[in-house]
Amino acid sequence: MTEKKHKNVFQKGAISSEFIGNSIAKHQTKTSIGAHNIFLGQVRADVIDDKTVTAIEYTAYEDMANAKFHEIREAAFDKFELTCMHIYHSLGTVKAGEICLFVFVSSPRRKIVFKALEYIVEAIKADVPVFGKEIFEDESHQWKVNS
Amino acid sequence: MQIDIKYFGQIAEVTQQKEESLEFSGTLVSELLDILYNKYTLLKDKDFQVAQNQELVSIEAKVTGTEIALLPPFAGG
Repeated sequence: MTEKKHKNVFQKGAISSEFIGNSIAKHQTKTSIGAHNIFLGQVRADVIDDKTVTAIEYTAYEDMANAKFHEIREAAFDKFELTCMHIYHSLGTVKAGEICLFVFVSSPRRKIVFKALEYIVEAIKADVPVFGKEIFEDESHQWKVNS
Repeated sequence: MQIDIKYFGQIAEVTQQKEESLEFSGTLVSELLDILYNKYTLLKDKDFQVAQNQELVSIEAKVTGTEIALLPPFAGG
C-alpha cells in the first residue's frame, strides 16, 4: 500500500487540441530531444444494435489509477531512454470525436519513442482502473470493455 | 473489523451505491464476497476483479486491508 500522493493524470472532460498544442510548444526549450511521439485516444461513435454511441462517461478508482499511472511511468523510464513523458486521461463526459487520452513521449532518438509509446498505451489499457459508460443517442447505455 | 468497500461502473449499478462500510469477521476475500453475493444477488453475474488497498488480489487472499474495491473490466483510453 502506498501512502504517497501521485501526480493527478485526470482532467475533467475532453482534452482540447489547444492543450495538446501547448504541451508540444513547451518542449521547444528541451533541445536534447530529437523525437516526440504522441498517442491520442478518441471516442469512437460505435454502432451497436442500430444505436450509435454519442459519448463516453469516464469514471475511475482515482487513487489506484494514479498509482498505476505512476508505476507505468517509472517502468517506461527504466525500459527506454526517455527525456520526458506526459499522460493525461479524461474523467466525466467525452463526446464522440473528442480526445480522452493523451500520451506524449520524447527522446533523443526516434526508434525509442515508437516502442515506448506502444508499451505505455498498452499498459494503460490493461492495468489502470478506468471505467467507461457508452451513452447512446436515446440515453440508454452499455459498459465499455477494452479488447 | 470495519471494511470500506468501493464499487465502480456496472458494479455500482448493481449495488446502487458507490461505497459502504461493513463489519467483517471472516478471513478471506472469498468470504467477504459471499456476504456481498447474498446482499446483491445480481453481483454473481458480473465480471469483476478485487483490489485490496489499491492492489489487485485473488479471492483466496486474506483480508488484511481496510479498503476493498470491486472493479469491473477496465476501459481506459
